[in-house]
Amino acid sequence: MSDPTSTGTPDQQEIRQEFMRAGAQNIALPGVTAEESALPVGDVGKPRSLWQDAWEDLRRNPLFIIGTILVLVLVVMAAFPQLFTSVDPRSCSLSNSRQPPSSEAWFGYDLQGCDVYARTIYGARASILVGIFTTAAVMVIGGLIGIVSGFFGGWTDSIASRITDIFLALPLLLGSILLLTAFPSTAETPELVVIGKVVFALAILGWTQLARIMRSSVIQVKNQDYVQAARALGASSNRVITRHVLPNSLAPVIVVAMISLGAYIGAEATLSFLGIGLQPPVISWGIAINDAATYVRTSPHMLFFPALFLSVTVFAFIMLGDAVRDALDPKLR
Amino acid sequence: MGQYTIRRLLQMIPVVIGTTFLIFAAVWALPGDPFAGKCGDRPCPEAYVAEQTARYNLDDPLIVQYVKYMGNLLTGDLGDTFRGTRVIDELAVALPPTLKLTIIAITVEIVIGIIAGVLAGLRRGSFIDNLVLLSTLVVISIPIFVIGYLAQYIFGVQLGWFPPTVGTGAPWSDLILPGLVLASVSLAYVARLTRTQLAENMRADYVRTATAKGLPRSQVVRHGLRNSLIPVVTFIGIDFGALMGGAVVTEGIFNIKGIGGLVFSSIQTREGATVTAAITFIVIVFLIVNLLVDLLYGVLDPRIRYE
Repeated sequence: MSDPTSTGTPDQQEIRQEFMRAGAQNIALPGVTAEESALPVGDVGKPRSLWQDAWEDLRRNPLFIIGTILVLVLVVMAAFPQLFTSVDPRSCSLSNSRQPPSSEAWFGYDLQGCDVYARTIYGARASILVGIFTTAAVMVIGGLIGIVSGFFGGWTDSIASRITDIFLALPLLLGSILLLTAFPSTAETPELVVIGKVVFALAILGWTQLARIMRSSVIQVKNQDYVQAARALGASSNRVITRHVLPNSLAPVIVVAMISLGAYIGAEATLSFLGIGLQPPVISWGIAINDAATYVRTSPHMLFFPALFLSVTVFAFIMLGDAVRDALDPKLR
Repeated sequence: MGQYTIRRLLQMIPVVIGTTFLIFAAVWALPGDPFAGKCGDRPCPEAYVAEQTARYNLDDPLIVQYVKYMGNLLTGDLGDTFRGTRVIDELAVALPPTLKLTIIAITVEIVIGIIAGVLAGLRRGSFIDNLVLLSTLVVISIPIFVIGYLAQYIFGVQLGWFPPTVGTGAPWSDLILPGLVLASVSLAYVARLTRTQLAENMRADYVRTATAKGLPRSQVVRHGLRNSLIPVVTFIGIDFGALMGGAVVTEGIFNIKGIGGLVFSSIQTREGATVTAAITFIVIVFLIVNLLVDLLYGVLDPRIRYE
């Protein structure tokens, strides 16, 4: 779930590349090389790189600033929840069960009589860890497969593309339900292992999109003159990839990865909501929403606050990714 | 074009084999005794266990089980559940509600999504553009189960515009609200994608030419829109599979007895044959829809030729 412009079956990509060769400019591929945008029209003075250019844009973009602040606050919340609340999220008293918000507990109490505010603050950690780890994993898997198939082409590409097709065809949600049921967690499983299983399930089904974007981006870059020049000078494949192809094809991958970070946090919440993602005693927004769903008509506060934090988190990451994409896309200049 | 279609159909074979094997392997790896709880409170009689084990080839290595299963699948035999019902009957019951739901969702997605995208894309930076951008971002950010509960509570319980849960037989009128919920996220993506593509294409040379030669505005927009729709159609094709598979949450909230719910409950009761058959079905539908999408490119843009 992220930038759909860049997805497509290999054949769709072939069609698009066909277009590129025919000189049609209107089929959008997010892969933009540094060369194309290093010299914005009408800009005199020192040539700036794509990233410097984007940074100039982003600094003045209010969406980017709001998104960054939100993400920073959430990351601090995940790292040091004690800064935001002195209440222990695991000290609960059944006599407080389902109490509405009051001056004592701003967000009220949940079914077990735990402080909803404290649990919501502490819930940030699991969600953000899942988001970051999953994004890192899909970037590594998808990036590697994308580079290999885009750069080497031929048989390597055919095999890698078919493998990508297989994983792309599997529905993300049903597939991860299946994987998580195959490797169940119990209350005794350490917290990081539980998180690791969710990351594994999401990453194994989610890397395909990044692989495709990376592949089309690499195919574009590898035909550039500077890559040909490096090859003519006798550079090894390794060197060409790490020094020339990778840095110039990374931009679209980073953008999509940022947007999908938000989407993975949402997916984790959905799995936990279904009762098979994260498991108690892990504190997470998805679990809280699942617990609260039964009582939504009588105690809506139990559902509202975790859902609000979850939505704001996803919102922040998607907004950030959006802003970066706009800044990196010279067509909109 | 015929050759292209045949080549694409042939390419589907390894993909279907690969996905079914992955699903089969994951189902096989599910922990727990498949006979647990099948015979009431006492353990199953040994004769029954032996018979069922032989029937489902449970003692064979995974790969042999898989080959035997695929052999049956090719002859149209989807197998039986441990309860003794036929998998194909279970699918036949669960399929119509899911298909109806998906059709409603896709229609909503196409109609509202593209209209919103066109309105926003034609006037970049205007009030309506910002409204579309912001509202779609909000919709994308709220998890679907929260949207589902909110919609059920507000429109179903409080306002009473729609039935809060879907009745038996899943009539179309009951499925409108769940369909809207299911479509919401994709709708937002379609709107944003259409907007970006259209805004970009409206600055292209051919649009300027069309305007310069005096074509009415509506025809100029049609020129731009036609070229903008290719990525949108691609997205909708890929989304078709996601909608069918992702309906598990929406189906749960609105009490729809569909494919998603069937797979979910079958995973939990270890009904491997049902899980494999249902997901394989979704995969095949997904692959065919995407082939149709690829063939649609040529209609949208006659410059595209299929080799």
